[in-house]
Amino acid sequence: MNIPVEYFIALSTLLFFIGVFGFVTRRNLVAMLISIELILNSVDINFAVFNRILFPAQFEGFFFTLFSIGVSAAETAVALAIIINVYRNYHSDQVNSIENMKF
Amino acid sequence: MNIDYSQFLNMIPEVTLMALLVIVFIADFATSQRAVIPTSNGEANSSSRAWFNPLVCLLMAAHIVINIFPTTASVAFGGMYYTNPSVGVIKTILALGALIVLIQSREWIQRPDTQFKEGEFYILIASTLLGMNMMVSANHFLLFFLGLEMASIPMACLVGLDKYRHNSAESAAKFVLTAAFSSGIMLYGISFIYGAMGTLYFDDIAAKITATPLTIMGMVFFFSGLGFKISLVPFHFWTADTYQGAPTTITGYLSVVSKGAAAFALCSILIKVFGPMVEYWQYMLFIVVVLSITIANLFAIRQRDLKRFMAFSSISQAGYIVLAIVGNSAMSYTTLSFYVLVYVVANMAVFSVISSIEEHNNGTVDMESYNGLYKTNPKLAFLMTIALFSLGGIPPFAGMFSKFFVFMSAVKGASLSTTSGVLAYSVVFIALINTVISLYYYLLIVKAMYIKPNEKPLPWFKSANSTKLALAICTAGIIMFGVFSMVYSWIDSASIASM
Repeated sequence: MNIPVEYFIALSTLLFFIGVFGFVTRRNLVAMLISIELILNSVDINFAVFNRILFPAQFEGFFFTLFSIGVSAAETAVALAIIINVYRNYHSDQVNSIENMKF
Repeated sequence: MNIDYSQFLNMIPEVTLMALLVIVFIADFATSQRAVIPTSNGEANSSSRAWFNPLVCLLMAAHIVINIFPTTASVAFGGMYYTNPSVGVIKTILALGALIVLIQSREWIQRPDTQFKEGEFYILIASTLLGMNMMVSANHFLLFFLGLEMASIPMACLVGLDKYRHNSAESAAKFVLTAAFSSGIMLYGISFIYGAMGTLYFDDIAAKITATPLTIMGMVFFFSGLGFKISLVPFHFWTADTYQGAPTTITGYLSVVSKGAAAFALCSILIKVFGPMVEYWQYMLFIVVVLSITIANLFAIRQRDLKRFMAFSSISQAGYIVLAIVGNSAMSYTTLSFYVLVYVVANMAVFSVISSIEEHNNGTVDMESYNGLYKTNPKLAFLMTIALFSLGGIPPFAGMFSKFFVFMSAVKGASLSTTSGVLAYSVVFIALINTVISLYYYLLIVKAMYIKPNEKPLPWFKSANSTKLALAICTAGIIMFGVFSMVYSWIDSASIASM
């Protein structure tokens, strides 16, 4: 029952940096979006854990988690719509296909 | 549980904006039957909803008039929402920027091929503005986050509004992915601040925050997330592509209003919440400001596409805006708001000209098409020159005063006997040198318009009345905000009253 808070932080940090790594290295727009979701999930873990273990008196962290999940769902919906629009325009969802504008 | 509904009286700007949004939505919904039919030649319904744009502009003007007198400081909803005179001033400035965008958008949005999304355009603009208002008057990180997302998600839709154009789709994808990524980074920072402090209320955090490794890390992550939104230099890679691909009107909106709101939010959070850690964030700001101004200026010189050029110019202007925060006093709010106000009118003037020329030039915005513009369209070229002079900071225009005030605010209270004081002076010195560089590339456009010979300059055309009105407002602002000091003292009295 008593898992120390360090374990959770290690997990969320790992998740965060996997997300950042994926965002930087993936060449597919949907995969990049999934990487962003990993980052947001690591944030949710952080908030829930800090609230549950360190500050159990109030529920600010849990509320933040709920709102963050809702907002990230909205963000994903818009991002997916835009990716579909990219696919319609370019017939591809690879990053190197959307390089019309460069220096 | 009962909610005290009288609390909504503390948030008049949001309530009027919400009313505007609902009215526009109903108007769009009720009349869209006739307007939605796309015609190939555009003759049939080109004027079927001519009243729509003036209606929205009038509503936005009414919103400004209702809220132009700053309210006294008050809080609502258990301290989550707060407002004070300087927040009221920045909200009015942002609404003014949105009004100019709405006025000058008419020529573009009522074109036959874009007309069917007119209602969406107004609703998305109003909802981003509502999000920005929430963001600047948040007193709790949750409300701040919600405001930020409310501003950036509809903004992604706006960037991709021209959905059949390749570049617009591409820039929308780039914008939405970086926006989501940056808000993820920002949230990661906020989660560490919560872990260290146990609360998310700004006042509670400010009361007990100290510089521990955890809070410094939280602050740095938070700052980088917001740096993406303001497009400061290490986080600026999306800017040029998004600005180039977005519809020109939206680019103007993105570069002034959205940037101004995020910069004000950054200012108030750094000064209020992270105030005790000032020696840490000041150094961070020094580096970021120097990088933004210098690198963006160097990149701007080599741009041939005017919208891309304005993107780099706006990154460097963002550096000047953030320079105002360095001073860490009431004057920071004043100079930041004043800079944003002047930047709104100057930049919107440039974008009105760009978008007007784009409409009459088959959608091209490269600098070659401006060669010899003076010969055929002297008035437009003259207004563009005034706006560029103001952006560059040439004396009689407002841009010079706003830059001067920002520099003054940055070195306020800095003494040459401390390291940070010396650094503040040297950052201001570098910014001064960069003003000269920026003059060079702003004058490149002026040179193209007045001096460069052109066999076939753009033929004479008559701009739409709405564009003329927008340009008149912007030019009046550029000339008057600098000369009449009462605008500055109005903002200043608001900032002093809210400290």
